[in-house]
Amino acid sequence: MAPVLEVTNLRKHFVSKKGFPTPKTVTVRAVEDISFTINPGEAFGLVGESGCGKSTAARALLRLIEPDGGSVRWKGEDVLAARGPALKALRRRMQIVFQDPYSSLDPRQSIGSALMEPMQVHGIATGAEARRRAGALLEEVGLPAAALDRFPHEFSGGQRQRIGIARALTVEPELIVADEPVSALDVSVQAQVLLLLKELRERRGLSFLFVSHDLSVIRWFCDRVAVMYLGRIVEEGPAARVLANPLHPYAQMLRDASPIPDPSRRGVLPRIIGEIPSAANPPPGCPFHPRCIHAMPQCSRDMPAWTSAGPGQGGVACHLHG
Amino acid sequence: MSDTAAELVAPAAIPAWKRALGKARSNPTTLAGVLICLAIVLAAVFAPWLAPHDPAEQDIISRLQPPSADYWLGTDQFGRDILSRLMWGAQISLTVSLGAIAAAMVIGGAIGLVSGYIGGKFDLFVMQVMDVLLSFPSLILGLIVVALLGPDLVNLVVAIALTAIAPFARVARAPVLALKERAFVEAGRALGFSHTRILFRHILPNILSEVMVMGTLWLATAVRVEASLSFIGLGVKPPTPTWGGMTRDGFENILDAPWLAIFPGIAILLLVLGLNMVGDGLRDATDPKLRNE
Repeated sequence: MAPVLEVTNLRKHFVSKKGFPTPKTVTVRAVEDISFTINPGEAFGLVGESGCGKSTAARALLRLIEPDGGSVRWKGEDVLAARGPALKALRRRMQIVFQDPYSSLDPRQSIGSALMEPMQVHGIATGAEARRRAGALLEEVGLPAAALDRFPHEFSGGQRQRIGIARALTVEPELIVADEPVSALDVSVQAQVLLLLKELRERRGLSFLFVSHDLSVIRWFCDRVAVMYLGRIVEEGPAARVLANPLHPYAQMLRDASPIPDPSRRGVLPRIIGEIPSAANPPPGCPFHPRCIHAMPQCSRDMPAWTSAGPGQGGVACHLHG
Repeated sequence: MSDTAAELVAPAAIPAWKRALGKARSNPTTLAGVLICLAIVLAAVFAPWLAPHDPAEQDIISRLQPPSADYWLGTDQFGRDILSRLMWGAQISLTVSLGAIAAAMVIGGAIGLVSGYIGGKFDLFVMQVMDVLLSFPSLILGLIVVALLGPDLVNLVVAIALTAIAPFARVARAPVLALKERAFVEAGRALGFSHTRILFRHILPNILSEVMVMGTLWLATAVRVEASLSFIGLGVKPPTPTWGGMTRDGFENILDAPWLAIFPGIAILLLVLGLNMVGDGLRDATDPKLRNE
């Protein structure tokens, strides 16, 4: 099965000049050579703590920010080289659902107009037909078609997130990039929105790139998962394997830090050493070594190579397994 | 808050502008401002029918008359009716101010919108040009332009518009900087919208209320600058009555007939005051920080 999306060595650095009178150039290495593929109908999770570059990676592959290097291919077609009509056609294939439902809708645009506009722009439908489709989409995401004439401020966060999802579906995409789609919502609403996404995935055969810091959400939603640390993917593999038996010490730390909903199994919480280092000044060698309990002299010198974790089990970048 | 469809059965909320209007109406100061402005606009529009006398008709016998039943606000040194001249003069004041502010709002607003959206070095350059324009006091800049182009109605509009472009560019740019970072702009890009569409269909409607409020407040400044330029003889040429010009003429007889200068002065004061009251009310009504009080 050929993958729908192939990301190879994607890189994004943010450069800024700071200081007076002798400005220094600061390079923040937000995304550093990440590679992964997403197969048709597959949900691929990208997990990591705040600031590890997962949202930047998601935006860079959609070209909402221009990546500095690497390649992104949609069914073999070069996304990063696309211009004008070719880029517009590619945008139809990949859509994004945002984290903050309060800023993702234009406050002065009615829901109906927000759903009909993309259809008009892409020549999918106009007038009464567009309105009929918009109403159907609203019902598909669990809102009444009567909501078409209302404005965003009349809806709750969860309802707005549903509208955001409906808007992404207006152009009939095949891949949805969900950037922390439920982390801004109440827990009860989170479950409803996740169920909706899963339902849509099954009904429409959508592929997902699911960005989250919540392991339980990833475990429930994703087939495969990549763990990011300081702009790099440190471990990748089937969600069940990576989240149950992680190989990388960072992935182990993440697993141990996520709560277990069973008091009888409550263990001693592992000590988490230190803070995530600044991506503007990453440590030499393995980026995780300053916080790693297994750190060896080699770890501060050499970048660990990518090692397979067995057939179909993904891989890991760690000297322990190299 | 539950996430059910049942919530949507609640009656539709009042649109933001209606709420703003309602709030403005409930404020007595704003209401007074609206009434003052409305009265002056009506007097100007219907001057040809309402004015008791011909504003240009000279009557040497009844010159410098104090206010009376026949001449409500008295007559000037040529025996012309002050009230009629004020009503006709309001046309000049309002035309020049409205024209200038409309032009400044469109040009300045467009500059701020595009500059803020593009950002980077372009934005830096444009805003520095605006800062240079902003460093001239309105009256001085207006004076330079009128002196260069010559005093007539169109040049007056151009001069005042030029002084107001920079402030409008600044006021329009600031919210654009915040809005362009919002996810709905990113969503538009992900959906393949052009920059023009995002700028004019999504960002512009969101800054419009701020620019409109600013427009009302600057209308007052425009009235003042127009009156000042007319006062120093750089306004629309006599015999066309202008409020600034009438005040200036009245100065020659300030001791014998003080009403000549006082009534045009009061007219200017009332219009500027009224516009400021309306502007303040609109600003309060559209200010999100005060909206929920």
